[in-house]
Amino acid sequence: MGKFLISRFSGVGVTGRSGNRAGYWLLSLTMAMMAVVTVAPMGLLALTSLTAATGPVLAGGASLSHYAEVLGRAGYRALFWRSIGISALVTAATVLLAYPMAYFVAFHAGQRKFAHSKTIWMIALTIPFWTSYLLRVFAWKIILGYGGVINSALLSLHLISQPLGALLYNPFAVVVTLTHAWAAFAILPIYVSLEKIDRSLLEAATDLGDGPIRRFLRITLPLSMPGVIGAAILIFVPTTGDYVTPTLVGGPQGAMIANVIAVQFERVGNWPLGAALALASMAMVAPAAGLFVAAARLVTRTVK
Amino acid sequence: MKSLRAYAFAYLAFLYLPVLFLPLFSFNNSHFIAFPLAGFTTRWYGDLFADDTMLHALGNSLQVGAATALLATLLGLLAARAVTRYRLRGSGAMLGFVSLPLFIPDIVLALSLLLLLGAIGFPLSLAAVVLGHTGLCVPFALAVLLARFEGFDRNLEEASADLGEDAWMTFWRVTVPLMLPGILASLLLTFITSFDEFLLAYFLSGTEATLPVYIWSQLRFPDRLPMVLALGTLILAASVALVVLAEWARNWGVAPDKKSIGA
Repeated sequence: MGKFLISRFSGVGVTGRSGNRAGYWLLSLTMAMMAVVTVAPMGLLALTSLTAATGPVLAGGASLSHYAEVLGRAGYRALFWRSIGISALVTAATVLLAYPMAYFVAFHAGQRKFAHSKTIWMIALTIPFWTSYLLRVFAWKIILGYGGVINSALLSLHLISQPLGALLYNPFAVVVTLTHAWAAFAILPIYVSLEKIDRSLLEAATDLGDGPIRRFLRITLPLSMPGVIGAAILIFVPTTGDYVTPTLVGGPQGAMIANVIAVQFERVGNWPLGAALALASMAMVAPAAGLFVAAARLVTRTVK
Repeated sequence: MKSLRAYAFAYLAFLYLPVLFLPLFSFNNSHFIAFPLAGFTTRWYGDLFADDTMLHALGNSLQVGAATALLATLLGLLAARAVTRYRLRGSGAMLGFVSLPLFIPDIVLALSLLLLLGAIGFPLSLAAVVLGHTGLCVPFALAVLLARFEGFDRNLEEASADLGEDAWMTFWRVTVPLMLPGILASLLLTFITSFDEFLLAYFLSGTEATLPVYIWSQLRFPDRLPMVLALGTLILAASVALVVLAEWARNWGVAPDKKSIGA
């Protein structure tokens, strides 16, 4: 078995059709594993969402009643829109804030003093993300809380006489926290796409009379769009389903879809409804992400 | 471009300030996380290491992280090799399929796995967490390894075969040394990802808490907070050490030393 695997792995002397079979054989283990952890559970989730009553899966035949409830209740609809709105804001803020940073590292860092300074910048930018995600989110609860860092600092400086209560437990706190927590996922792809830009194109634009702004809009920005789109999807999709941040800093007004799904599975015990909510949220995220990509492409094309 | 440089440092401050409150208040001699500071203490660190529940959770997380890193890197290695060594029809679609967990929100992945394990009678346990984490980490392992394999010179392996080595020896003496930096980078990345993962562990671990599940349980008790911040500070310090190590491993393989290939 080990030897068989290794001969396929190294593939020395394996050519033609038998070579392809060896390749598929190598891939099969990984594919099987991914089927077990994604396709099988998602399939079961879909079946569960069609199950009418609490009981064994599909015991009383298939029913769309839970989807009707998900779509019919105004509370759920509001929740979906809020989750998508918060994630869209987070995505836009994260990408907009990260772009100049990535641009600086790609084009201006490490030109004079020492050649490694690009690497140093990138390490410096990623180090905060290696703390526990839970504690990075929790840090904002410490900062924004009623007796927290901002309030206690302002109080001890005598700038306010009463703590500001409106900082924590609202959608704003969720947006700020997520924008901080996901910054690395914007910096890295945008930096990579900026680094790939052929510098001679920029020189050519300058030679042909483009000023710095026109050159940026016509060359740098369009060519870095793959990084921007990649970053947007990497942030938008997971943040719509984030559970930790709305739970810790969201409060009732900042609750998101993941909280409601988890409640169905944990406290209420209505797994079929939870499953329907989960799949409905994924079905809403996909077109929203698609719109994102289309909008980004459109912007690029108009600029060109 | 002075304003851009100023922006870069302001952005760096935005990234670091919240995180730096963890070490700051972990040495603060007060139960309250607020200004003004109340003097220096290391007692929260003492409390932390006297907490057997924390040490047990740490042990669990190290085990889960190690098992996940090994499994995910092995699976990533097979897939990355299959795609770069052979010309396979549909390999793009297959790589997309492997990346699927990136596009499923963690909460959905966690709860659907909970359903599946319940349906097949697999007990909630650390093994269940390893299963979930492996699925989550294979896309990362694959991304790291693919980036490394794209510059892989196959002639070195062909030369080894032409010079009379069998597949086994070629594998050990040529393929493995060339891939080692990528493998190490993948092991580190997947280990850290698993070590920090909360949601899957929360739903799948049963009675055995991992470190993030332990931290989550402590966040509800205000008087435990300074101790949790001490733990966060230690995790930060250990992670920085690991990242520096990973960076060193990455550079170490970029221009492979001839000695490490031939010997």
